[in-house]
Amino acid sequence: MIELAGVTKRYGTKVVVSDLTFSVQPGAVTGFLGPNGAGKSTTMRMMLDLDRPTAGQVLIDGKRYADLQNPLRIVGALLDAKAMHGGRSARDNLMCLALSNRIPASRVDEVLEEVGLTAVARHRPKGFSLGMGQRLGIAAALLGDPEILIFDEPVNGLDPEGIHWIRMLMRSRAARGCTVLVSSHLMSEMTLTADNLVVIGQGKLLANTSMSEFIAQNSRTYVRVRTPEPEKLRDALAAAGMTVVTAPDGVFEVVDVPVEQVGDVLAAAQVGLHELSPQHASLEEAFIQMTGNATEYRSGPAAPVPGQPNGAAATPNMQQESLAAGKEA
Amino acid sequence: MADASAVLRSEWLKIRTVRSTAWTLASAFGITVVFGALLSALTNTGFHNLTKSQQLTFDPVSTSFSGGLLGQLAMIAFGVLVVGSEYTTGMIRTSLAAVPRRGTLYLCKVAVATVAALAVALVTSFVSFFVGQAALGSHSTTLGAPNVLRALIGGGLYMTLIAVFAMGVATMLRSSILAMGILMPFFFLVTEILAAVPGAKTVAHYFPDQAGRAMTRVVQDSGTPYGPWGGLAIMVLWVVAVVVGGYVVLQKRDA
Repeated sequence: MIELAGVTKRYGTKVVVSDLTFSVQPGAVTGFLGPNGAGKSTTMRMMLDLDRPTAGQVLIDGKRYADLQNPLRIVGALLDAKAMHGGRSARDNLMCLALSNRIPASRVDEVLEEVGLTAVARHRPKGFSLGMGQRLGIAAALLGDPEILIFDEPVNGLDPEGIHWIRMLMRSRAARGCTVLVSSHLMSEMTLTADNLVVIGQGKLLANTSMSEFIAQNSRTYVRVRTPEPEKLRDALAAAGMTVVTAPDGVFEVVDVPVEQVGDVLAAAQVGLHELSPQHASLEEAFIQMTGNATEYRSGPAAPVPGQPNGAAATPNMQQESLAAGKEA
Repeated sequence: MADASAVLRSEWLKIRTVRSTAWTLASAFGITVVFGALLSALTNTGFHNLTKSQQLTFDPVSTSFSGGLLGQLAMIAFGVLVVGSEYTTGMIRTSLAAVPRRGTLYLCKVAVATVAALAVALVTSFVSFFVGQAALGSHSTTLGAPNVLRALIGGGLYMTLIAVFAMGVATMLRSSILAMGILMPFFFLVTEILAAVPGAKTVAHYFPDQAGRAMTRVVQDSGTPYGPWGGLAIMVLWVVAVVVGGYVVLQKRDA
């Protein structure tokens, strides 16, 4: 388990990560989602004690990373595929790591086999493609057969087969009870892999929830209606037992009802319409809206999470929930 | 520090499995021996052209080791690359994730590289002596002559300490290119020039290389305010300061 408590990272006056509190649970793949520059990589580096938090702390199974004896046997991380010596053979690179953590040499050949690099084990990674470099980085992460895996954008540079392979790898490790944290800036990638979701934007925690909950709260369908007779519309829909939400610009959103039904009700009530259209908010949109708002919060005054005027109404609730969940953990 | 032996073995493998180790150390040996031999041969043939005072203060040991002025640059390259390659390749993050006790990683790396440098430097010092003395003909000295053995071991220590100095500087600068760019001209030109300028001479005496070279001579310069051991002590102080500086930077900075 990885636990972050009030982790903050400041470079000069620039706050990169702000008061992050969440935990990453074993037995699941946790997606770490945020747009580029949200602070994902910095947070992951702090988990490995490569960057020191300005405030707060990270605990790995209750210990500080620096206090772990043979940390590669507990945490395997892929942060940067190029973090190997290009002039030293793939196998020797792994051997150097193995020796430092008292991992047997046989394990080096095992992981090379697992990531499919056995044929180029004696080659120098200088000549590797991005995908091969990524596989070598993954081999290094798996070397100590760790209980915790941390992958920063692992699908970068991988071909479709490689992407499928890494997804399967993460799923199978999680199924074995491992803690798997994987970062991405793509929601679509997360929906395919993650059980849980931690969303950050501008270094702040925006959501900490299960994937299914996130989908339930964000992938909503609704019917968009525009009318010159708002009162009449409201009455008609209320009489039919439908929920209507007022959006700006004289637009109404009717939630959880098929578009045909809304049309029939409004036709029967003889409400004049300028627009009637079914809408589907994708997870990607929900994510962009959520992180886009984080930008606004940042430039505004210190208020933690103001109510949102429109759109992803679920966000403030989730923020509250995530904070509560963080405190419990 | 229970894991220091594992880290030492890991660092030893690191040093053995990159090509730069072999070519920098081989260059240090080859350049020092070859240039020492050439200068010794030239000195032998032109000895009668030297002034009386030059003949009186002639030092056959430092003459046969004069290739060290160039050879030390290869030693600097070795020291810089041992540390700097971790930064240029990004390997440092992988290394620190494996060994989060930064002091242990650093000291093990420096220790292993120092041993490798010392072995090569001692061999270099002795081989250049024997080759150089052969080239000096009638002006040569022998291993048994006063202070010769001390100067030869001094030569080995000098080249080793130069390499360790480079390791410390590269760790502080966290860059091979920057470290090379500063150290190479400094030790090849700046200290040599300053040591020859009357006003700057008194300061230049205390530069690490100028001080350390007192160890490698049998006949001391009349102008130096310290003897061979004093020179060694000054150089060691420099090296310790720089290695501690590297340690502090590694501990404080984000990787």
